[in-house]
Amino acid sequence: MLTLTSPHRIWAHRLPAGAKLAALAATTMVLFSLTSPLTLSLALAAILALTATGGKDFLTVALKSLRPLWPFLLIVGLWHFWTDDPTGGAVVIQRLLAAVLAATFVTMTTSLTAMIALITRLSRPLALIGLRPALLAMAVALTIRFIPVMLLQVATIRDAFRARSRRRPGWRLMVPVLLITLDDADRVAEALRARGGAG
Amino acid sequence: MEKTITHIALFAALIAALGFVPSMMLPGGVPITAQSLGIMLCGTILGSWRGALAVLLFLLLVAVGLPVLSGGRGGLGVFFGPSVGFLIGFPVAAFVAGLVVERFRASILLSAGAGAALGGIVVLYILGATGWALMLDKTLAEVQIFLLAFLPGDLIKVVLAALITRAVAQMRPEALLSRA
Repeated sequence: MLTLTSPHRIWAHRLPAGAKLAALAATTMVLFSLTSPLTLSLALAAILALTATGGKDFLTVALKSLRPLWPFLLIVGLWHFWTDDPTGGAVVIQRLLAAVLAATFVTMTTSLTAMIALITRLSRPLALIGLRPALLAMAVALTIRFIPVMLLQVATIRDAFRARSRRRPGWRLMVPVLLITLDDADRVAEALRARGGAG
Repeated sequence: MEKTITHIALFAALIAALGFVPSMMLPGGVPITAQSLGIMLCGTILGSWRGALAVLLFLLLVAVGLPVLSGGRGGLGVFFGPSVGFLIGFPVAAFVAGLVVERFRASILLSAGAGAALGGIVVLYILGATGWALMLDKTLAEVQIFLLAFLPGDLIKVVLAALITRAVAQMRPEALLSRA
């Protein structure tokens, strides 16, 4: 399964995931406490510069991840233009861009394995309320495996539907796909129990 | 135990798979995604606690960097974007939807529809709009108008969630953990 980790390895890939997440939390807290558009411009420029250390390809991919933000930026921009408060608009827009870009940087430079290892470690205290880290790791692995299985079932049933009808299957696929995958899940549960349980 | 964990993982995968359904564009550029249908189904089929856990598992996958949020989004960035209120609202919405199906012992069609509407629309909109207001520095009154754009699509999803839940109740009654 494709992840958002950048295949283009840069120096930040070598840093421990925990340190990167802690730095991200701190950065975001600072960003949300800044209220001057000028300091926020500097912060945004710094995060852009950090991302640019990964090279041109890395920067392009990182900037692409900001694209889903444009409807919000447009609405906020128009709003502040309307209410004659360009400073407020500049603060909100720059803060948003900086926070999302910083988080994207961490995601792009941390492998899935490192993230899951970190989560298993962080979830250790949850054992006190009955959630064992091994169970969580098992659930994550099962979900990642179930996604392609489910998409495959969708494709199979869609083809069968198309062979019989010229109509578009649309939401009619949902029920048979759900029933088949529920049966799959039951068989996986049996298989887990046969192998000594989920831990 | 094993069945609970595989069903939770399955529904987390269902939310992700629904994210791959191309989103429809309503007039005015409002995207309608199938993903919130998955959130509603987690609650109405799995019940409150299991439904919320399935959604949390899905959000965990988003956070660790799988592009499973609708539109191929993912990673930590989405939790710092304007729609974070909706992401926080997802598990709460599933929990409320499940609670309604567990407690409101009417016909499954009616109680699943009521649960999906209360969780997937009322609760989700309150948290989502609060998130917009905080992240975009607006008041709730100023952002609530934008919710109206999503309402028609979400009403369709409530009907679908009720129909699909009833179909599962009829054909795999033992899988309807919310009424087990």
